[in-house]
Amino acid sequence: MPKLSYLKALNRALGDEMARDDSVVVLGEDIGVGVAGVTTGLLARYGDQRIVDMPLSEQAFTSFATGMAMAGMRPVIEFQIPSLLFLTFEQIANQAHKFSLMTGGQTKVPVTYVVPGSGSRTGWAGQHSDHPYSLFAHVGVKTVMPATPSDAYGLLASAIRDDDPVVFFAPSGALAVRDDLDFATLAPVPIGVGRVARPGTDITVVALGHLVHMALEVAEELAGEASIEVFDPRTVYPFDWAGLSASVARTGRLVVVDDSNRSCGIGGEIIATVVEDHRLLAPPKRVTRPDGAVLPFALELDRAVQPTREQLTAAIQAVLKS
Amino acid sequence: MDSAELYRTVRLIRRFEERAIELVRSGEIVGGIHPYIGQEAIAAGVCGALRRDDIITSTHRGHGHVLAKGADPVRMMAELAGRSTGLNQGRGGSMHAADFSLGIFGANGIVGAGGAIAAGAAWARRAQRPADSETGDVVAVNFFGDGAVSQGVLLEAFNLAALWKIPVIFVCENNGYATTMPVEAGVAGTITGRAEAFGIPATTVDGQDPECVQAVSEAAVIRARSGNGPSLIECMTYRFDAHHTFEHKARLNYRSEDELAAGRSRDPLDIQGARVPSEVLSRIDAEIEELLAEAVRFAVESPKPDPADALDHLYATGLRVRTGVNN
Ligand SMILES: Cc1ncc(C[n+]2csc(CCOP(=O)(O)OP(=O)(O)O)c2C)c(N)n1
Repeated sequence: MPKLSYLKALNRALGDEMARDDSVVVLGEDIGVGVAGVTTGLLARYGDQRIVDMPLSEQAFTSFATGMAMAGMRPVIEFQIPSLLFLTFEQIANQAHKFSLMTGGQTKVPVTYVVPGSGSRTGWAGQHSDHPYSLFAHVGVKTVMPATPSDAYGLLASAIRDDDPVVFFAPSGALAVRDDLDFATLAPVPIGVGRVARPGTDITVVALGHLVHMALEVAEELAGEASIEVFDPRTVYPFDWAGLSASVARTGRLVVVDDSNRSCGIGGEIIATVVEDHRLLAPPKRVTRPDGAVLPFALELDRAVQPTREQLTAAIQAVLKS
Repeated sequence: MDSAELYRTVRLIRRFEERAIELVRSGEIVGGIHPYIGQEAIAAGVCGALRRDDIITSTHRGHGHVLAKGADPVRMMAELAGRSTGLNQGRGGSMHAADFSLGIFGANGIVGAGGAIAAGAAWARRAQRPADSETGDVVAVNFFGDGAVSQGVLLEAFNLAALWKIPVIFVCENNGYATTMPVEAGVAGTITGRAEAFGIPATTVDGQDPECVQAVSEAAVIRARSGNGPSLIECMTYRFDAHHTFEHKARLNYRSEDELAAGRSRDPLDIQGARVPSEVLSRIDAEIEELLAEAVRFAVESPKPDPADALDHLYATGLRVRTGVNN
């Protein structure tokens, strides 16, 4: 079977959605040549009125897309680096997100914001290594973060078709992941529906984005000790609480691994919700970045503030023992 | 628009605002408003040059723009009073009034935020236009104050609009103050110079005279529709009233009595009124009184929204979210 990388899946989804709906227009910096790989080849196919290279004006082009969307288009913005989301937070959280409610449902803002390469980019230091998905969940902007190529394809397609703004995080740690798959099976994946990435009976490990792959490896390593279920929410907001609840009801134990800063990260929300709704067999644990973390440059330091395999293994073992 | 119609718009905005201030004082409008009194000639003149399908984006001081573009004053007053019969079903209020069926893409509470939205909407309309369109290009107008010209995002929007000859008109209402900051203290260089730096032609016009504003706007509209790109119009005006209806409580002191008197002496209502026969004036005035009496009655008597529906329309897809307490 052919192999599809995560990055290629994004490229394919974009091309397919542009083909099926000519109101889909992509905006971004250096997307004509496809610097990030997401838009490779699309300029030649669709021309410069649908693959629009933007000057370095993130705030303007983010709200420009809002205007386009309110006039009936489906813009997709590619952001070169995740921290641009801080620069455009006003345009996304305070403008695009709020228009539907503030106008009493008179308009909709179907913009997709794609961030290819979120999180640690290995050696890119403080301003290029943020991973702000929890921030968007907090304000209620739909937020997806697939772990696999087929989910990347399917969630990007759904994000583009969705009538609300959607932030699409493609973690840098997942971009190189490849799947063996039949391309004919690629299809939209519904927003808000998680998946059990590995079934198990003793403990539920919730992992997000690239950490799903780490969780699967740890589960395999610990297979002799315990039967570990790995739950991949795929969508950060709205979260698949029913899917998670079903998993925890089976296992009774919970660990969350989340590449967010600890305070107000989605990991804390997951634990709070589960303990409100379930009587767990042991206190849950979470593995996250430290509070308020800024990723330092040196590789050892960068790694020191991201969730590690050792931390996850220890957390699982501790919860299993208590 | 002819002289009488322009007068009618100015008068409608003036009386709408005066009635709205009464409702603020009586507590029917909560949160207050930013009165547009004194600046009505700009909304009337600019919107007088527009078609129904043209687009506007407005500001925190947006009643005039929204009314001049044709929004129903009755539903607008209900919106200010937070009623479910309002333009936005009580979800927007004064700073977010919108009517998309008339191209009114909303007032906006963030200074400078409307420029890029207008540019994007105009770009999209041009892209959507069928090749054989007879009606010509839709134009978008972005209104903003002198304070907004210090916002980076607005200047970024100038750049995009000029680069791509987007049919958008930037209308700066220079009333001399950003809240209490005099324009000289906040703006280096000139406002027209801001636009000219991007190759956007800019004109300064008497913003107290609706016909002057309309004439300059018509030229900008022709330029935009014929594919020659954006323009900026700086309208010199004066805010007769407070920045916001809370200002009298704060007793802010930043304008002298002399200055206020000089500013108020150039009232767009008088300037335009002088061009209209007195019997026409009294007929228009009477019609507007009747209309606004109806607006106030409708606003006050309309039902308040049901708290159970507070988050209706949060998502265009109808997504329902978790409540704040766990039952
Ligand atoms: C970006 C932003 N900064 C500050 C405010 C608070 N604020 C509301 S109105 C205003 C003054 C705006 O001045 P100007 O643009 O000249 O418009 P005017 O009020 O004179 O009509 C300020 C500072 C805001 N709403 N948005």
